[in-house]
Amino acid sequence: MPHAIGLAVGPATFRIGSAWRGPLAQLRALYADYPAVDLERQVPDFTVRLQPARPWRRFVRPSVFIAGDYWLAEAAPMALEHGLLAAEMGMNLQMALGWRRHLLLHAASVEKDGRAIILTGESGSGKSTLAAQLGERGWRLMGDEFALLDLETGAAHPFPRLVSLKNQSIDVVTAGLPAARLGPRLEGTAKGMLRHLVPRRDAIARMHDPAMPALLLFPRFGLPLAERPVAPGEAFVRLTQASTNYVALGEPGFRALTRFVTGVPARALDYPDGATAMAALDRLWAERA
Amino acid sequence: MPDAIYRAEPPEALVRTSLGAIDALYHRRSGTTHLVAAPMPQILEALAEGPADPSLLWQRLSARFDLADDADAALPALRERLAELEALGLVRREPGGAS
Repeated sequence: MPHAIGLAVGPATFRIGSAWRGPLAQLRALYADYPAVDLERQVPDFTVRLQPARPWRRFVRPSVFIAGDYWLAEAAPMALEHGLLAAEMGMNLQMALGWRRHLLLHAASVEKDGRAIILTGESGSGKSTLAAQLGERGWRLMGDEFALLDLETGAAHPFPRLVSLKNQSIDVVTAGLPAARLGPRLEGTAKGMLRHLVPRRDAIARMHDPAMPALLLFPRFGLPLAERPVAPGEAFVRLTQASTNYVALGEPGFRALTRFVTGVPARALDYPDGATAMAALDRLWAERA
Repeated sequence: MPDAIYRAEPPEALVRTSLGAIDALYHRRSGTTHLVAAPMPQILEALAEGPADPSLLWQRLSARFDLADDADAALPALRERLAELEALGLVRREPGGAS
């Protein structure tokens, strides 16, 4: 690979290699506040490679193919303008398929006073948007994509990668934020318009500080306000589906997940808009305090 | 034809956690997680006392729970539940017993 950089996000380290300079320059700028990984001295956990779909495609109608320690044979090549997205997707893929040190949940998480809310749901549920909004109003953003549950203590470890904002949530979340915290607008991706948000500096500085989960939330965007408790059995089933490494971890994963769902209260929250969700969350959190 | 005799997996083979209405079972030998609702946990507990055919197992369950059905009516259902537990690998037929 002609170009490469080292990145650390939470407990994981990455080598991102690229056939082109452009995607790495964008990554380097957006990850400027993250701790550096010296690839000369440290072997990173994962390697991601952004490479041409065919050798000559580096120059002719360039398109990016994601490869690395783990990769998807079926993944379609992406346009070079989306190289930043390809790098992020490549890093997510390594975590989802290769991480074994924690129980990995496809979930966002935020922390206040040492206690965390874990927000999980399918794509479009609004977990990234809610976490990003909470991260701008007094909460520490721990991550918008993966929550890492400690197999021994049950604590949630941060994975504060760049927040991936989509479509109408972009303007809602980024209004008033400095341009230096925002990536380029990526139009026409598989998920529509996409823009990356750099977490606040304090969230990045504290990316090695875990927090004990105090509330598990299943948000659903676009519905009238409704809230209900979620029984541990239902939470367990939904979280096994939201974890990419539950089966691979075996008994430690089982113990971590059963402890999580029996020890942390869970709520399903339907909401029509961000302001309604924030008010409901404030109330839920006050009840927990 | 006599019923088969069933044996539960030894207690150390399973990790069991109650999740309220259902139990989560981690089966160490297969690495599989099972979610079971009543009457499966109760059947497994009763069978853990020792190998039993469906009639003996029904007697154990009747001693623990206030069961409305009589044995003749309940035994076909109990045989079906045991077959399901066998398919999950959570109970086994005694070798040499009736099939």
